[in-house]
Amino acid sequence: MRVLMFGWEFPPFKSGGLGTACKGMASALAARGTGVVFVLPRTGHRQPQETEPGLTLLSASGTRLHGGLARVRHAGPARGERRFVTGNEWYALDAALRRIWEHRLHLEYIDSPLHPYLTEEGYLREYGQWAARDRLTAGKRAQRSILHEAGMDRLPGDAASADVPRPDREILLHGGYGQDLMQEVRRYACAAAAIARRTPCDVIHAHDWMTYPAGMLAKQLTGKPLVVHIHALESDRSGHNVNQAIADLERAGMEAADKVIAVSHYTKQLVMRDYGIPEDKIVVVHNAVSRSDITRTYPLPPLCAHEKRVLFMGRITYQKGPDYFVEAARLVLDRLPHTRFIMAGSGDMLPHMVRRVGQLRMGSRFHFTGFLKNEDVDRMYAMSDVYVMPSVSEPFGIAPLEAMAYDVPVIVSRQSGVVEVLRNAIRVDFWDVREMANKICALLTYPVLAAEEVRNCREELKHIRWENAAGKIRAVYDSLVTGRN
Amino acid sequence: MAAVCFYFQVHQPYRLRHYTFFDIGADAFYEDENANCDILLKVARKCYLPMNALLLSLIRRHEGRFKVSFSLSGTALDQFVAYAPELIQSYRELVATGCVELLSETYNHSLAFLYSPEEFREQVRLHDDRIEELFGVRPTVFRNTELIYNNALARAVEDMGYAAILAEGADHVLGWRSPNYVYRPAGCGRLKLLLKNYRLSDDIAFRFSDRNWPEFPLTAEKFAHWAGTAALSGDLINLFMDYETFGEHQWEASGIFQFMEALPDRLLRLPGFRFVTPSEAAAEHEPVAELDVHNFMSWADAERDLTAWLGNDMQHDAIETVYRMEERVKARRDDGLLRTWRRLQTSDHFYYMCTKWFADGDVHSYFNPYGSPYDAYINYMNVMADFALRLDGASRLGHSVGMPPRTDTHRPAGHLD
Repeated sequence: MRVLMFGWEFPPFKSGGLGTACKGMASALAARGTGVVFVLPRTGHRQPQETEPGLTLLSASGTRLHGGLARVRHAGPARGERRFVTGNEWYALDAALRRIWEHRLHLEYIDSPLHPYLTEEGYLREYGQWAARDRLTAGKRAQRSILHEAGMDRLPGDAASADVPRPDREILLHGGYGQDLMQEVRRYACAAAAIARRTPCDVIHAHDWMTYPAGMLAKQLTGKPLVVHIHALESDRSGHNVNQAIADLERAGMEAADKVIAVSHYTKQLVMRDYGIPEDKIVVVHNAVSRSDITRTYPLPPLCAHEKRVLFMGRITYQKGPDYFVEAARLVLDRLPHTRFIMAGSGDMLPHMVRRVGQLRMGSRFHFTGFLKNEDVDRMYAMSDVYVMPSVSEPFGIAPLEAMAYDVPVIVSRQSGVVEVLRNAIRVDFWDVREMANKICALLTYPVLAAEEVRNCREELKHIRWENAAGKIRAVYDSLVTGRN
Repeated sequence: MAAVCFYFQVHQPYRLRHYTFFDIGADAFYEDENANCDILLKVARKCYLPMNALLLSLIRRHEGRFKVSFSLSGTALDQFVAYAPELIQSYRELVATGCVELLSETYNHSLAFLYSPEEFREQVRLHDDRIEELFGVRPTVFRNTELIYNNALARAVEDMGYAAILAEGADHVLGWRSPNYVYRPAGCGRLKLLLKNYRLSDDIAFRFSDRNWPEFPLTAEKFAHWAGTAALSGDLINLFMDYETFGEHQWEASGIFQFMEALPDRLLRLPGFRFVTPSEAAAEHEPVAELDVHNFMSWADAERDLTAWLGNDMQHDAIETVYRMEERVKARRDDGLLRTWRRLQTSDHFYYMCTKWFADGDVHSYFNPYGSPYDAYINYMNVMADFALRLDGASRLGHSVGMPPRTDTHRPAGHLD
């Protein structure tokens, strides 16, 4: 069994919760004998990398597309030249993607440059050229521009027919989540589909909406079954202010897929309710947490060793509920003034949070660290006395499992998928700020409570393993592959 | 000759209201009066009143040959008086038939014996006084909260002058022996021990409406047949159960009332069968052997031990917190404080904190007003923090609610397994 996975994140190249989950399941699948080729937007390496036996990482950026042949026919003095291109892969993929875009999504398909801009200046320059070409060659711009690029103008006029090989082109992506994410998604789709044509596989598995166009295109070109994996939905991320184009992409991906994997029953319900996907098409596979064997200890600064720290770590965005954490902090500080609150992460709500902390006059007790990486994350967890995940809507939420790995007691939003597997965690409704504060105070004041929660959750963590998730995913693959034969 | 002894436990706790950290020092009302009143009225309507009426009619129909016994907890009686005084009247009528015996227990349905023998004695005396005041009789047979029992308890109860004590007929204590005899507690001279026949009792209390039970549906004929078989190896069948079994745990629609209406007649038709109260059973039967119960046992869960109330650190912490205050509470000589402190000893508060979710979790969640054991612990500890402030007469917060100092200045980074 070989699976071709499309994903946007994978540690260490780009790592959020999505990347952590992708790596966990890909490793576990590979360890159980499923060959995994994982296509990332950009790895920084030209060659495929086999990071562990059975698991190969591939960069979409740098994928070579066949240039094909530019053919020119001279049809006589009166008709002039007819020029066309055969076998140009970019053109073929782009056209196929356009069909998906316009027929499945009913979205306007705006032609985009092949290369992403790497700097703003570079983008403006390239965009200018693109626009100029566009005006010149309206209608058949793709062929014309390609002929132009191939140097066809200099062909002898009297030739009856001539085939000129065109140079192969490379698709370049910069990875991440930039301003032109939608263009990046389409370039990725073309590159990933090209990879799919060259890479033998039994199943295509796409993680989250950024890779759904790639999945749909690859399924169309190869005829292989498609699994889409929902790690988060647009409604989770944005509440009522959904980006309709993204929501449409999600719906199209789920409709085109042969199976939909949701990370929790919570998400499954949303998929059924908001996207109208039938229940029998959805399989729930909970995420897990990877085992690490770090045994480092981090000393607490002696001057504040007697204080207790309450941690929020995650993107500071609507979805993660940072505003409820701030309000709860004020209530706690009124009662337990020797507490410190830490908000680690960055996001669009950060400036608002800083202002609110000032307004509540608790800046001396409420700290912002910005985005933390690597060892600082470990240190932050290890220093904390309570970890709060006040998410408004969290499909899974792997962070509480990580906090648990550091013996930090957690308070988890009931509006999350993780409570389905971490049943011993202390829960709270994200909007119930007073109750959140009550539980923070209780954890800080009653050491027995914290110890009891940590002990019970550790017991549960033993059963939350990627091997189990991989087993369920493999069963989905098997059912799709045998179902076809 | 075989005797059947029914004992029904009647108990309602004072449930606590949602009491947050921010109420500490600001609010001395701990109980959820609405919930307590609503639940009591609901249970009275579904169980206590119809079942009392049924028992009264059965006693009259069988002209004194049908007998039962009750243990009414003090917290239940207080709520009867406050919310449903007709229940007191209903029990008076039952007691007046002479066929209903009332048993002795701790006033607050507490685990006091485990932590303070002195407090235990006071609560038992309070309870007996209350029974005498309301019903004009003084109990002579003792049953401890949740049938918690061991040798030490039996000796204490003998010292207090009781004729008999009730306990669970747990397999791990009885071994090959039968619960259908009267035993003598180890170390006691005259106290008699009546053991619950848990198979027959639980057939009614737990399995009656279980459709997955191979014996479903249970009829009075079938039950009488089993009782007849059990009587071949013994002379006393003790059927001990929660009174709320009738109409509350087993709904009226399950046919539990019809079953109970038919049962006395069926049992009395068996040759040599009759009903006795616990004190009659104790008076009529001599102990067949001594029973040595060193470790505490109870009638709860599959384990029949104390783990439903004292199975984790939260429960130990909470109960130790309340009993640690005993001296200070009593030194204040304030009836209000003393009453509040005693209500906080009710075993239900600790039962809500139980984390044995898997095998017995369903029974626990049925009675549990809290979403999780953590919520129960947080709520209880918040209340205790406030109570401690009031006890000390402290006006300023922070004396007893301050955070404990950190002892670990080095925290390990995580590793699993």
